[in-house]
Amino acid sequence: METFLYILQQFINGIQLGAVYALIALGYTMVYGVLRMINFAHGDVFMLGAFISYYAISKFSLPFPIVILLSALITAIIAILIEKIAYRPLRNAPKISLLITAVGVSLFLEYTLSLNVFFTPNYIGFPRPFEIKSYELSLLTINSIHIIIITVTLISLLLLYLLIYKTKYGIAMRAASHDIEIAKLMGINIDNIISFTFGIGGALAGIGGLLYSIAYPQINVFMGIMPGIKSFIAAVLGGIGVIHGAVLGGIIIGIAEVFVSAFLSSTFRDGVIFIILFIFLLFRPNGIFGKRIEKV
Amino acid sequence: MKFFIEIRKLLILSIIIYLLLKITILTNIPTEYLVQITLYSFIVVLSALGLNIIYGYTGQFSLGHAAFYGIGAYFTAYITKTFEIESIPLFLVALMLGGIFTAIIAYIIGGPILRLKDDFLAIATLGFGILVRVFLDNADRISEVLGGSRGLVGINKITNLELTYFILVFFIIVTRNLIDSRYGLFWRAIKNDEIAANSIGVNTFKQKLIAFVYGCFLAGIAGGLYAHLYTFLHPSNFDILKSIDFLIIVIIGGMGSISGTIIAGLFWVFFIEGLRIILPSEILEYRWVLIPVLLIIIMMVRPYGLMVKKEGY
Repeated sequence: METFLYILQQFINGIQLGAVYALIALGYTMVYGVLRMINFAHGDVFMLGAFISYYAISKFSLPFPIVILLSALITAIIAILIEKIAYRPLRNAPKISLLITAVGVSLFLEYTLSLNVFFTPNYIGFPRPFEIKSYELSLLTINSIHIIIITVTLISLLLLYLLIYKTKYGIAMRAASHDIEIAKLMGINIDNIISFTFGIGGALAGIGGLLYSIAYPQINVFMGIMPGIKSFIAAVLGGIGVIHGAVLGGIIIGIAEVFVSAFLSSTFRDGVIFIILFIFLLFRPNGIFGKRIEKV
Repeated sequence: MKFFIEIRKLLILSIIIYLLLKITILTNIPTEYLVQITLYSFIVVLSALGLNIIYGYTGQFSLGHAAFYGIGAYFTAYITKTFEIESIPLFLVALMLGGIFTAIIAYIIGGPILRLKDDFLAIATLGFGILVRVFLDNADRISEVLGGSRGLVGINKITNLELTYFILVFFIIVTRNLIDSRYGLFWRAIKNDEIAANSIGVNTFKQKLIAFVYGCFLAGIAGGLYAHLYTFLHPSNFDILKSIDFLIIVIIGGMGSISGTIIAGLFWVFFIEGLRIILPSEILEYRWVLIPVLLIIIMMVRPYGLMVKKEGY
């Protein structure tokens, strides 16, 4: 019974972490769907979300719901700007040039913010915006962090669903991810749709950054690298370009990571996730839900 | 006949450069630090040459080149430490073994991941780089000598000017001949159009694997030299930032250009180290702000590299 409850507890922790990965993975998968590019700088947008909320909480002590909206809004604007400035001029360039540019943007954001003028390269403690209450159910502990992270994620996913399936912009975005050339012929303004996609992805990553730093209250300018890569793996796992696949992939990666830390050793968790990636790339490169056959 | 004349020219040129270097060092004008940087720049050029084969000539994007460099460094250092090698002939054997071991790892890894393309290949190689980093961080659990996250210390300093320089020249000539051979032709064909290359009978997968293994072999040799130049290895020396370093060199030098890689590699090492000497420490942090901007601008203006104007060779 005790081991069972321990496993269940780890399962809940895994879903909490997986929810954050799912939010980031959505940005990767949507951008990949429309532009067929890996936005390497997406992990840094996530990091910016954490820093914006840090300032909103510690310097301006704004209430929690406003912090969420503010960090989502600012990261959305930043993501749109990144696309406009760095990626748009390269839209017809070879894929690898775009990838190298994305790596450049990522390094630029990290090292610019690590200057002492802005932040420092050191870790900063993240203030909790709310009191932690724990609820004990025999041996199971659920605290308000679990509840808030999972609730905020669910609300964001619901809003995303409504946006993508019920609005004109969502339909246009899905059309563009289906076939960008035909979407253009149908009178869709592709530039706007791409900006829109980056904006939504950025907002979700910003919320993810806030939630992640609530769960692990230490922020640093390089904090976006590993969660970013893991979320990308989550997107590949679920089938890149498929929106519900990214959510499922994120939760799988989150649970896998927590279980490896709990039952093996926390030093192996990154390794195990990459082994999962290799297995998927070899045997099912289109992911769980991916249908598109990408063979050349 | 023309071929031999060219090789002879190259050899004479390289010996002249060697003599000039040797005389400058014997005059004791350059400091020990400067000599070390010079040797380091040769090592970086050798490793970047490997990446140029993989990415520049064959078009297989790799973000994990530093991992192979690190494997070579750790393996060679492990051999010289366990067998207490100090003489140069034995060191050459260890170096060869390090290169071959790296090549075997590259063969095992390359088999599955070279079936992927473009950005998926990038993620897979990046993932391999992180796996190697995790492995090296925990390597002290396998053998105490490897040091894990404390780093591998107490390696003999064997690497010297002659060794580094002539190994570099040797591999430049080998690489040049490979590029001129049918293999080089296959690789460039794959880069230009993989389907077309396949349809005229090139076994594209096999050729990609050969290029990958050879490129990683060069990285392994370079890693072995590096380990015995700085006598200290740490897993953080071989992370993704290092891979990006090599990538920048290949991009600046132009994809698919040996002379470009050599010039860009020398330029890059001296540029980075020069900034460290010239700039005060407060401004020094800005270099990693400027370098990515430089990278983005290069990609916008010259998507195929600074010294190459258009796709091809």
